[in-house]
Amino acid sequence: MRSATPLLTAEDLTVGYFGRKKMPRPVAGSLRLALWPGELVCLLGPNGAGKSTLLRTLAGLQPPLGGQLRLGDQELTSLNAPARARQLSVVLTDRVEGGNLTGRELVRLGRHPHTGWLGGLSAHDEAQVQAALVATGTEVLAHRPVGELSDGERQKILLARALAQDTPLILLDEPTAHLDLPNRVALMRLLHRLARQTGKAILLSTHELDLALQAADRVWLLSAEGALRTGTPEDLVLSGAFAAAFAREGLAFNPATGTFELHAPTGPPVQLVGDGAAAFWTRRALEREGFVPTAAPAAWRVTATLAPPRWTSQLAGGPEHSHDSMSALLRALNQISTP
Amino acid sequence: MRAAPAAPPLAPPPAAGMGRSAAWLLVLLLLVGLGFVLDIALGSVAVPLPAVVRILLGQPGDTAAWEFIVREIRLPKALTALAVGSGLAVSGLQMQTLFRNPLAGPSVLGLTAGAGLGVAAVMLASGSVAGSLAIRALGVGGSWGLVLAATAGAALVMALVLALAGRMRDNVVLLIVGMMIASVTGALVSLWQYFSAPEQIQEYLLWTFGSLGGVTGSHLAVLASVVAVGLGLAFGSAKSLNALLLGENYARSMGLVVGRSRLLVILSTSLLAGSITAFCGPIGFVGIAVPHLTRALLRTADHRVLLPASCLAGAALTLGCDCIAQLPGSQTTLPLSVVTSLLGAPVVLWVVLRRQNIRSSFS
Repeated sequence: MRSATPLLTAEDLTVGYFGRKKMPRPVAGSLRLALWPGELVCLLGPNGAGKSTLLRTLAGLQPPLGGQLRLGDQELTSLNAPARARQLSVVLTDRVEGGNLTGRELVRLGRHPHTGWLGGLSAHDEAQVQAALVATGTEVLAHRPVGELSDGERQKILLARALAQDTPLILLDEPTAHLDLPNRVALMRLLHRLARQTGKAILLSTHELDLALQAADRVWLLSAEGALRTGTPEDLVLSGAFAAAFAREGLAFNPATGTFELHAPTGPPVQLVGDGAAAFWTRRALEREGFVPTAAPAAWRVTATLAPPRWTSQLAGGPEHSHDSMSALLRALNQISTP
Repeated sequence: MRAAPAAPPLAPPPAAGMGRSAAWLLVLLLLVGLGFVLDIALGSVAVPLPAVVRILLGQPGDTAAWEFIVREIRLPKALTALAVGSGLAVSGLQMQTLFRNPLAGPSVLGLTAGAGLGVAAVMLASGSVAGSLAIRALGVGGSWGLVLAATAGAALVMALVLALAGRMRDNVVLLIVGMMIASVTGALVSLWQYFSAPEQIQEYLLWTFGSLGGVTGSHLAVLASVVAVGLGLAFGSAKSLNALLLGENYARSMGLVVGRSRLLVILSTSLLAGSITAFCGPIGFVGIAVPHLTRALLRTADHRVLLPASCLAGAALTLGCDCIAQLPGSQTTLPLSVVTSLLGAPVVLWVVLRRQNIRSSFS
């Protein structure tokens, strides 16, 4: 799948800020990175690990503190701004109001590095703008003022602007922030599709761990100490790198489900019998109540069936009770566990 | 104006925006023409409109007096109004876009205050530069002394702001610096006033009212050429200003060399606001109000349209205000700054209240 040459490479890269008196204050160091055409890469890491700093450095918006950063076969810092803008485009977390700008006018701004000094758009430019609108499904927003768009719509139109810039690389800083779940899923799906269809390399930072694990071709995992692990999401999960990066007191990543455990178990084990959606949701409900659902025989036993929706509970060989809703089951279990 | 599209939200013809802009540019151009002729016709001696047009077209005048009044006094004054209105409006538009702030105007960089300090300093040093009678009769542009003093003050502040702008990455910091410079220079002027004789203060007060009169001959040539250079720089920045609409980071990511663009914008604004204040005194309001007016009328954010439209709207508004300043018909005219605020503020209020999303043009 991969073509022979990466679009962007970094060797021993250190990112961070210059503090008082130009003292470098590194956030993350010794980074070795490569971005290949056609892949969607998610940059993950806990808050403060330096995701935004890394992304802004890769975008050329702030200088690296050390190491090598190459765009194609050229040093990124040696490229002038217009040349860089033809190589990579960004979607930032900066608030964009836009006022009188319509969706199409905002997308047209993406053609900036390709137009002459007056900024006039050729037929080719307009075609690129239209293509970007179509690819992101934002034609309906083309005539709406940007100031009136919802957060999800605005994020899509900003992505369209980045597409119209027609660069082999697109970097997005937390594009899913402020979006509701359906919009987050839709945006990730769109980015994944774009990477595959257009052959662009798309790098995004996000806090959406399970979405990223599902959608990303590769994950860059930045730990709180500023160290980086890269690999396919599955490799990182199974090797334990994922759990280590997000390790926190009382917080456990469950490699079996790919999620963080929200509830710490405090109650007795409960044998859960059943399968499919009924078992899945019963397991969630039991975990929320502090029980430890197991497949092995235990003193407590719960069965779940979906059609008809029915639950039974049985305590230590006692009589079997039948329940017609999850809340009835939980009520019964709680009554027994707290005499 | 072309007919309104039937279903605007979903699918107006793509050219609707351009048509609307072109129509408004034409309307504004006509208003400028009308204001120009009216401004020449009105005054203590009313010259009939046909006579004005004949004299302007170079045909023999009806009377020598009219010809003298039109050619030597009112035509320069109307031309000054053109330069002042377009220059202030364009510099205001540039400042509002650069700082992404609806309250920004030509004075935010402290240039107006700098010019005031120059004038105050010269008045203090020499006791009297022009004399209040001369200012009242000729306007502030009539005295090279005042013009040079104001130019020196504005240039000093401009050099300071340019030097600082080159060092700073953040526009908000620059905005605060400009306002602090304005504050310090304003305080110095107040200090000078505190220790001055009443006549000197009156002289200075007359300067602060602003006027279009007295800018003739070589004065007008200098003002017009500096304003032309400033406007040229601004029009050359149209593409950069558009990119800056999304903020500095996006602009940078789209290949804009933000530092250089910012210097050009500041240089243009400095030339415009500095020269206009030097020749005509501080004329408030036009610079802040006209950009809002044009954005609301044309409903666009494209500076390739907004810049010429602001030029025309600023010129039309200034000419209109100067006409009103003459209306009392007596020997004296009202101070221009007073008229621009009295007339302009309600207009802007109306526009802003009618379109309540001014805030969303900025962030």
